[in-house]
Amino acid sequence: MAFVFFAYFAVVSIVAGILTVALKNPVQCGLALLALLLHVSGLFVMLNAEFLWAVQVIVYAGAILVLYLFVLMLLNLKTDDRYFHAKAPYLLAPAAIGLAYLLFLLVRSPFGGSRGDASTAAILMNGDAHAIGIKMFSDYLLQFEIIGVFLTGAIVGAIVLAKTPKSIETRRDA
Amino acid sequence: MIPLSAYVAVSAVLFATGLLGVLIRRNFIIVLMSVEIMLNAATINLVAFSHYLEAMQGQIVALFIIAIAAGEAAIGLAIIIVVFRGKISTNVDEMNLLKW
Repeated sequence: MAFVFFAYFAVVSIVAGILTVALKNPVQCGLALLALLLHVSGLFVMLNAEFLWAVQVIVYAGAILVLYLFVLMLLNLKTDDRYFHAKAPYLLAPAAIGLAYLLFLLVRSPFGGSRGDASTAAILMNGDAHAIGIKMFSDYLLQFEIIGVFLTGAIVGAIVLAKTPKSIETRRDA
Repeated sequence: MIPLSAYVAVSAVLFATGLLGVLIRRNFIIVLMSVEIMLNAATINLVAFSHYLEAMQGQIVALFIIAIAAGEAAIGLAIIIVVFRGKISTNVDEMNLLKW
């Protein structure tokens, strides 16, 4: 049963990713990206990361994608006839070969290493959000604060960049 | 039980798709969306290793990646708006000036 769900989420997210890159209309690309994000969040559920599932749906699908769609509708773009780069056909074959080699290496290589203390049973006892919170606010507190400062800087930067500049005449009057 | 290689393979395919999108698309907004695909591929990788190695660090870093993706989207879209206001299209091939 788990394999069926994994196959569904994996196949749909890959197809949605390809559609995001290949579709012509930018709004359709945004909707394909939405499908990709939701199915990736399904993969998170299969990996016992329910908190990340919620964050993915709320932040990615809820906030970031809406930002993209707002800008797309604000700019009202015309789609060009040539929406791929001129040299795109020459890039496809090296990309396919490189991906095949990468997959070959990945399937062959053994994955392993020292195990941590967060086994599935330990996470399920109090829930994923509890485990993340304990770890985040004990060992990763400094990084958490840095992310907060980073997001504040990003918000201020975006507002400053997107603000309508004053015209030269009004600036002379002031 | 699904092997770890399966998740890593999905992540690799998604990353390659996003990289190809960055390279071949001409619309700047789609290029940013392809960057989001690549970030999602990295997140899948981190969460999969976090689950199979039974360590919490991967999920913490995945949360940080989502925060950074939010900042990147805000700044990138603001830059698009500024460039579009300067009567330059959102075509990446035509954005070849640093100052105009």
